[in-house]
Amino acid sequence: MSNFEEVEEKTYGPVREMLSTFFKSYSAVTGLIILILISIMGFVGPLFYPTDPFEMVWMPFSPPGNDGYLLGTDYLGRDILSQIINGARVSIAIGFSAALVSAIIGVGIGSFAGFYGGWVEEILMRITEFFQVLPTLLFAMVIVALFGSSVLSITLAIGAVSWASVARITRSEFLRIKELDFVLASRASGSSNLTLIFLVILPNAAAPIIVQSALLVGAAITFEAGLAFLGLSDPNVVSWGQVIGSNRMYILDATYTVTFPGIAIFITVLAISLVGDGLNDALNPKLRSR
Amino acid sequence: MEDLLEIKNLNIQARTRAGVLNVVNDLSFSIKKGETLGVVGESGCGKSVTALSVMNLLPEGVLSVSSGDIIFDDVTITQLPENKLENIRGNEISMIFQEPMTSLNPLFTVGDQVSEVIKRHKGLNKDKSWVKAVELLDAVKIANPEKRAFDYPFQLSGGQRQRVMIAVALACQPKILIADEPTTALDVTIQAEILALINMLKEETGTAVMFITHDMAVVAQMADRVVVMYPGKKVEEGTVHEIFSNPQHDYTKALLAAVPKLGEMASKKYPEPMKLVGEGSSKKPQPIVGTEKPLLKVNNLVTHYPVKGGVFRRTVARVHAVEDVSFTIMKGKTLSLVGESGCGKSTVGRSLIRLVEPTSGKVDLDGQDILSLAPKDMREARSNIQMVFQDPFSSLNPQRPLFDQVAEPLRNYGTLRGKDLEERIEVLFDRVKLPRSFMRRYPHQLSGGQRQRIAIARALALNPKLIIADEAVSALDVSVQAQVLNLMMELQVDLGLSFLFISHDMAVVERVSHDVGVMYLGRLVEIGPRPSIFRNPQHPYTQDLLKAVPIADPNQRKSERDLNFKPLPSPIHDLSHDPGPSEYKEVEKNHFVLTTDCGY
Amino acid sequence: MTLLFSFIKRLLSMLLVLLVVVILNFLMLHLAPGDIADTIAQTMGGADEQDMAQLRKEYGLDQPFFIQLFQYVLRVATLDFGHSHFYNVPVFDLIMERFPATLLLVFSAQIVSLFVGILLGVYAAQNPNGLSSLFVNMFSLFGYAAPVFWTGILLLIAFSLHIQIFPSAGMRDITIENGSFFVHFFDVMRHLFLPMITLASIFFAYYSRLCRASMLEVLGADYVRTARAKGLSKKEVLLKHALKNSLSPVITFAGLSFSAVVSGAILVETVYSWPGLGTLAFNSIISRDTPVLLGILIFSTLMVTVGNLLTDLTLRTLDPRIKNAE
Repeated sequence: MSNFEEVEEKTYGPVREMLSTFFKSYSAVTGLIILILISIMGFVGPLFYPTDPFEMVWMPFSPPGNDGYLLGTDYLGRDILSQIINGARVSIAIGFSAALVSAIIGVGIGSFAGFYGGWVEEILMRITEFFQVLPTLLFAMVIVALFGSSVLSITLAIGAVSWASVARITRSEFLRIKELDFVLASRASGSSNLTLIFLVILPNAAAPIIVQSALLVGAAITFEAGLAFLGLSDPNVVSWGQVIGSNRMYILDATYTVTFPGIAIFITVLAISLVGDGLNDALNPKLRSR
Repeated sequence: MEDLLEIKNLNIQARTRAGVLNVVNDLSFSIKKGETLGVVGESGCGKSVTALSVMNLLPEGVLSVSSGDIIFDDVTITQLPENKLENIRGNEISMIFQEPMTSLNPLFTVGDQVSEVIKRHKGLNKDKSWVKAVELLDAVKIANPEKRAFDYPFQLSGGQRQRVMIAVALACQPKILIADEPTTALDVTIQAEILALINMLKEETGTAVMFITHDMAVVAQMADRVVVMYPGKKVEEGTVHEIFSNPQHDYTKALLAAVPKLGEMASKKYPEPMKLVGEGSSKKPQPIVGTEKPLLKVNNLVTHYPVKGGVFRRTVARVHAVEDVSFTIMKGKTLSLVGESGCGKSTVGRSLIRLVEPTSGKVDLDGQDILSLAPKDMREARSNIQMVFQDPFSSLNPQRPLFDQVAEPLRNYGTLRGKDLEERIEVLFDRVKLPRSFMRRYPHQLSGGQRQRIAIARALALNPKLIIADEAVSALDVSVQAQVLNLMMELQVDLGLSFLFISHDMAVVERVSHDVGVMYLGRLVEIGPRPSIFRNPQHPYTQDLLKAVPIADPNQRKSERDLNFKPLPSPIHDLSHDPGPSEYKEVEKNHFVLTTDCGY
Repeated sequence: MTLLFSFIKRLLSMLLVLLVVVILNFLMLHLAPGDIADTIAQTMGGADEQDMAQLRKEYGLDQPFFIQLFQYVLRVATLDFGHSHFYNVPVFDLIMERFPATLLLVFSAQIVSLFVGILLGVYAAQNPNGLSSLFVNMFSLFGYAAPVFWTGILLLIAFSLHIQIFPSAGMRDITIENGSFFVHFFDVMRHLFLPMITLASIFFAYYSRLCRASMLEVLGADYVRTARAKGLSKKEVLLKHALKNSLSPVITFAGLSFSAVVSGAILVETVYSWPGLGTLAFNSIISRDTPVLLGILIFSTLMVTVGNLLTDLTLRTLDPRIKNAE
């Protein structure tokens, strides 16, 4: 029945505790390292491997390893290794910024819907529902087809169609948390609505939102690859999906032309997924010891 | 009498991240045929785990019996294979659980769930076991059982669900019934009904009962013999009279001292702190007198919630949560609002500081009309009234250190900064008797009682005149509850605070209040000085409520074997409903009783 | 009565969704650089000033914004989606010709992945640290990370080009002319197999993982403990009490996934030249045939809403609480 036994316990905050759980997971750290390596490859790699991905450097369909081209050449004789190195930049950039766009829209809509309720919620959730029903890829195809296929328009198109899941999660977290006593206590001690939304409720709702946003990064990368595969990519930059799309007529002769870019997408998204799982374990209070 | 169930040197281990932990240590006791054994202890003492181990239903991979024997009817069931055990479960040993809300499968009818167990053990066909199930529902006093059998659990109230659970448990006339906190989640009148039902069925069938609870009052009412547990161990065992009149172990003594007993304040005019074991026992508790100056006057408070529906989300009905309630709180005194869940007592508290917007009425705090204030002025006024909430696990923000949480109101009002702020927080931590080193900690590192102290410190930060304590001690273990109650009473004396104490617990209310208001279905049915209310309850609801409260004294057992209180009507009415005003008559000095209809 | 009422309500909200898609279509056309006439002129390979003016008049582009919008909605409501300049047929006829193939692909993939996903999820949940659980987790990682068109190409290379079990393209073998119903049925199934498996692979991964998680949660619920305390065996508890409860989240998620399945179908169809809306969309992008693309968007939205309606009806029969909430 003793009350205040001074437990020798360091006073870590939830953020510190979460990070330490995260870095204890091998798969999460592996994922993070792969992701960092791929980013370095995309942003710094071209300095060390300056071959132009658009230039026809050798005979078409030169198999991997031959003639000094590690991953071979494509149907126009362009260097596939260079395409993969340069494609990483686009994939990573579009993946993260599109996910960021989605997260901002989703959190904004979800938090206001969940916090204010009533007709605000009704309208915002109708909009969300609408975006959930819309076949996202087709809608993005229409946007890109009509507004041109620049990196910016592709990013915005992906961001604009993928936020519904974030909005749903944010709203349900807000609905749950806003009824908790500490929110009422904060209100009773004079906090304004905006303080409550952004400083009191949102930090407590962050865990599932962060995990979902991490998953969105991977989804955005495959989404971009899908658009590029269909021929809707920025003609001025290389994209992994576009490499697969343009070579797919020749798979019988040169399987490697689609295999390698596919592996690049696969490994990148896999790494993100491992990081996402690690975040989920680290942020899930059920698994954390009290 | 011979032993029906014998637990011998039982050890149960828990596998946690930190390693293997012994949650039950070398536990031995036995239950004789037809007797009721109470197993009592506070949370985490291993009582529920012991019950599950008898059924061999410990969660796999988390908890396991590491050594010891459980012998039932001369068979060592700890060594039986699973399929043999299945023949015993629900048939010879059965169990009811704490949470009636989640213990029934939501997707099957209750008739289905009762008849299932009959089909399993008695080999009856579908139709015959359904007929038997309806009979059982009738036996547990569910009205209109033929029809109710087709209901899904969500269509029944908490009390009715627990009756269904009892029907399931007793379907095969088991030799022993294990009841694990069966009434903890229920309101006091429903608790009384369920306890009476268990006693009645026990007498009819001769079943032995292992009754697990944290509530000393319930043990005093139910048990023949008692086993007291304190973290993983049995500390004392004896007949219920021995335990209550002559406890041997220090823990049992401390526990009994911490339990408020209904009626023990009858001779005292004012509330006074509890005399706890080991807490400055030389000092005699001083009565808290308070003043006669009114602080808060509430007149004709009404709060309705709209119920929206239809395509256009129009208001189609209203929840009449608070209906024409008036009361006054004096400076330095405590007014308690008591009633069962859904009676509107919490809504009253929230309406006062406009966390919920009242529909009409007048709230006067020291000459200031709170309900007519503009939002900006309301913010100022809120600093005079602060709240302490029920659930110690959700009343603190898990993301922020305790210093920030206590500082939050001070920062919001910008009253103090920098060094001054720090000093003020230190004083507050001293005030609620928490070490200053706790300021850098986070809520998850605290126990329930410590969290509630933080919540109180936060409420005190702005030097309020009134604190609304909404079930502030209900979720705490009884020994911690007593400490927090004493802290609140001490603060009341030192700071001249007034409390609006909202609670369902009559014994606690009797201990802490100067005045008591009893609520039913949004109405205040009776209000007056505490001694007068408890000595001379006038309203039929107050009388029933007091009749239902179990007393922590085996010499004052309730004799009713067949209680059936009136079920709570719905507070939802259509828009045309006009509830009419509350009118009172004064039966004693300042003791008022509702004369108009309240639905009871 | 309540079923009928809620059905009508759903139907109305479906119509509303379609109306919004139509309006959105119009807005995008309006906001896009150049107008319909430019776009059409582009598909026709250029047009002179006079033709352009003629086209603008034809499409009512000289009218005010809201009148144009109203006319557009009205045209769509009468199933007039415009004219495909590339195929030179009405868009509606073109879509109706391709619609059944996509419908078949989407619903078969959805049903197969749900069925297998639930089966595997339930199996894996019984042993949360076992081999089957490991497989579910690994596979769900694969399903999430591998782009569906890439999986499709790899399967195509493996099972159609190298080991020639399945046809590599199309929906029917045109050499089969006179055959019984079963010959044709078998032929379509043979063509369907690879695209369906490709599309199902992603969703099968999601569903099995979700079902495993939801089953694990249900197995820890109080009512499962109650069922065990009644003396029911583990298997009885699993199949009667736990399964039904664990299905709801999986089916809800399957409903939410319908639009993703349709999106995936577009890519898969392109890989296998499956004669559905997806290949049509692909071709209309290449040929800049905007009216076709917009028509496909409307029809695939219709497909998703119908899918959602079916999901809701399934959930209603599964959970008595839903009926009550309405």
